Amino acid sequence: MKITTELIAHISQLSRLSLPEGEQAAMAAQLERIVDYMDVLSRLDTGDIEPMSHVFPVRNVLRADEEQPSCDREALLANAPARDEESFLTPKSVE
Amino acid sequence: MNWETVIGLETHVELATKSKIFCGCTTRFGGAPNTHCCPVCTGMPGALPVLNQAVLEYAVRAGVALNCHITRYSKFDRKNYFYPDLPKAYQISQLYLPIAVGGRVELSTPSGTVSVGIHELHMEEDAGKLVHDPWTDQTRADYNRCGVPLIEIVTQPDFRTADQVIAYLEQLKETLQYLGVSDCKMQEGSLRCDVNLSVRPLGSRELGTRTEMKNLNSFKAIARAIDYEARRQIELLEQGGRVVQETRRWDENKDATYAMRSKEDAQDYRYFPEPDLPPIELDEGWLARLRAAQPELAPAKRARYQADYGLPAYDCQMITSDRVLAQFFEGLVELGAPAKQAANWIMGEVLGALSARGMEPREMCLSAGTLARLIALVEEGKLNRNTAVKVFEAVFDQDGDVDAYVRAHGLEQVNDAGVVQAAVERAIQAHPQSVADFRGGKEKVFGFLVGQVMRELKGKADPKLVNTLLRQVLGGT
Ligand SMILES: [Zn+2]
Repeated sequence: MKITTELIAHISQLSRLSLPEGEQAAMAAQLERIVDYMDVLSRLDTGDIEPMSHVFPVRNVLRADEEQPSCDREALLANAPARDEESFLTPKSVE
Repeated sequence: MNWETVIGLETHVELATKSKIFCGCTTRFGGAPNTHCCPVCTGMPGALPVLNQAVLEYAVRAGVALNCHITRYSKFDRKNYFYPDLPKAYQISQLYLPIAVGGRVELSTPSGTVSVGIHELHMEEDAGKLVHDPWTDQTRADYNRCGVPLIEIVTQPDFRTADQVIAYLEQLKETLQYLGVSDCKMQEGSLRCDVNLSVRPLGSRELGTRTEMKNLNSFKAIARAIDYEARRQIELLEQGGRVVQETRRWDENKDATYAMRSKEDAQDYRYFPEPDLPPIELDEGWLARLRAAQPELAPAKRARYQADYGLPAYDCQMITSDRVLAQFFEGLVELGAPAKQAANWIMGEVLGALSARGMEPREMCLSAGTLARLIALVEEGKLNRNTAVKVFEAVFDQDGDVDAYVRAHGLEQVNDAGVVQAAVERAIQAHPQSVADFRGGKEKVFGFLVGQVMRELKGKADPKLVNTLLRQVLGGT
């Protein structure tokens, strides 16, 4: 599959990664090699096979509608790269 | 040129479950930031979502009520987008096999019946709330709403006017409230609506380019945004311009829509099957039991009240405007209250007392038993209607004991003709001038004299008896 610099720009936009102009071509080449590696799979004829979304034959895993205690906020926020007393902090993302 | 507006709706409805869609955190509105959260709903690595069975049941109930085909084999998918209101960087939703598809609802509007197709109904999780702090130039994320269960209901582009859209939303709200699957409070965001709108020359079969409007949080805003956006697109086309497919935000203060996202930011959600949640296979028996247990909805109740109780259409509409109110009415009738009396008390005193207190019917403490007893006392002639209203006010807030209150305050209606007769005579003696005026032909004075007799009896007399006896005495001499 051909990975163009336009596609690289689109993907980095979707994932909010800023890629310096000069790295785009290198990234395109690398990503193309990775994707080509998977191409071996397309040699198989899968026309009659239903795509698999789950490995195990499990259905209907449900839980009852019961409230459980939530986590201690300190414990949750301890995992955040940036935080204040009550919230996770992120770079400006709303207008 | 004459133009036609074509509108489709995507409505998000929060389900009234106790816990979130994939974890046991509470769905309660409000709460200090990030206190209704756990590793699942904050997207911590290794956490495993498990579907809440009430979410599945509520979604199927809604699908059945909207006359959809219920998908027997349904799955969840990941909708990927990188934005901090979703800590996992994807929303668990349904794209390929939504739980319900292909429904239809009939709307009655002042300009006739409109049939609206339901494209699909799917389950998904809500996102968190972001607040920008201008001082630190950072955004604070509160994930309390993250993982609150939603259903998204997508219609076909079958609406032509704002009135039809509002009629649909009102009916949808009523249906979902009757089913008990959502409280549909727009002010708390439990019913949110995105409007897809395009215009085309009248008679054309082709659809024009559409825009999507978000941030519509009241029926009024929806109606105004539709009118504004249709006019904007028509003016644009008439001036030789073209409509750009984009998301526009309604600005309540400016009364205008403006573009939210630019073209190059085209949405690309890269959906794929959610591997953490196994598929759902519905059992025919379960589905049949659920269909059988669907509650009677408002239109059916209205028709039944009219047919069985002979209530006027207006009364039926008022009483069924809220499920709790309708249940209250049915409770009164079951306890022996005459239907029309029950309706009058609900439309008058009950709704009046609720609105004076800023309360919803479901917050009401008064039981049907208490009001039925009060109505019975009036029917039996033991309380007059005006005194009964005073008793009503006294027992409303605490669901007090009607009989105890009447006894304690000596409010039983005076039906003893001898006692009333004596009061009539006292009143006549006390007001010779009024008596003379009445006999001189001033009929209006009669009401004054009735009032005087009632006062003598502290308002407890049977007004009919007072009228009869007073007329006898005045006419007799
Ligand atoms: Zn949680």
